[in-house]
Amino acid sequence: MKLSYVYLIVGMGIVTYLPRMMPATVLSRKQLPELLIRFLNYIPAAVLSALFFPSVLVTGHEINIGMSNPLFITSLLTFPIAYKTKNMFLTVIIGMIITIILNNLIYQ
Amino acid sequence: MTSTEKNQLAFGIKRAMPIVMGYIPVGFALGVLASGNGLSPFETGVMSILVYAGSAQFIAVNMLGAGISPLPIIITTLLVNLRHILFSASLSPYFREVNKKLIPLISFYITDESFAVSITDVKEKSLTHTYFLGLYITSYLSWVLSTILGSAFGSLIPDTKALGFDFALPGMFLALLCMQLKDMKTIAVALAAGALSMFFIFTIPGNWNVILATIIAAALGVFLEK
Repeated sequence: MKLSYVYLIVGMGIVTYLPRMMPATVLSRKQLPELLIRFLNYIPAAVLSALFFPSVLVTGHEINIGMSNPLFITSLLTFPIAYKTKNMFLTVIIGMIITIILNNLIYQ
Repeated sequence: MTSTEKNQLAFGIKRAMPIVMGYIPVGFALGVLASGNGLSPFETGVMSILVYAGSAQFIAVNMLGAGISPLPIIITTLLVNLRHILFSASLSPYFREVNKKLIPLISFYITDESFAVSITDVKEKSLTHTYFLGLYITSYLSWVLSTILGSAFGSLIPDTKALGFDFALPGMFLALLCMQLKDMKTIAVALAAGALSMFFIFTIPGNWNVILATIIAAALGVFLEK
């Protein structure tokens, strides 16, 4: 392993670890202001949505909302299951089965 | 270990399964890319062990392949991973019950996916460090091992797309998102975040879409409460 590569991964490790560690370590000792708590309460819904929509709608350099996008179709079909059951594993398994069917039947 | 701790550990490991199913194909893909860019399985593995951040590792491997020196890659990694500040801050109230000495260890394993699962669970029930370690270390090991295996045996991999694995992580995000949608304000925040996130992908370079969309949408939620 080259020395420059050691520098690289140690540097990457440090700059990745600090944003993960500092807020949890510092803030868990403090009573947070009420406004910040209300803001943090919306973070999960906001972050999940900010991750989910691009992951199924953005393909390459465009937004694809249509029949030619298997992940979009799968999401539409699994949404009722996710919403009704609130079961992560079931949603993933059924979605994967639908994706396999779509990929092998339609998007050959 | 008490029986409560054992149960929490088992629960954490169980909740990691959808993450593992998402990480295995993505980790493999990263390993294949890394070996294509001249990294050995050992070098790939050590990066995963020390860094443990999927999108940053993809970017780093591509930059390495383009012959870019370490410092610009490290700065890019910092920018890509700044969003973890939000996750870490969101989890901090729930770490009050966790042994203070373990917080620096547990927080090392915060990723998009592990945060999403754990923040959903801690809001539902009271959970200790054994739950966090069970969930987080299971996810971590699946990432590290799959990147090493992808780097070593990349040529043997079938097309995971045909196996439906590309829906594993989006499907998990979708289920977790549905668990969050409790009232109209949260739904409005989620829709705003999704729309903004896609808008920023095309308008602001450099992976800022998630962090910007999240901050703006969460602030909108606070504003709507007034």
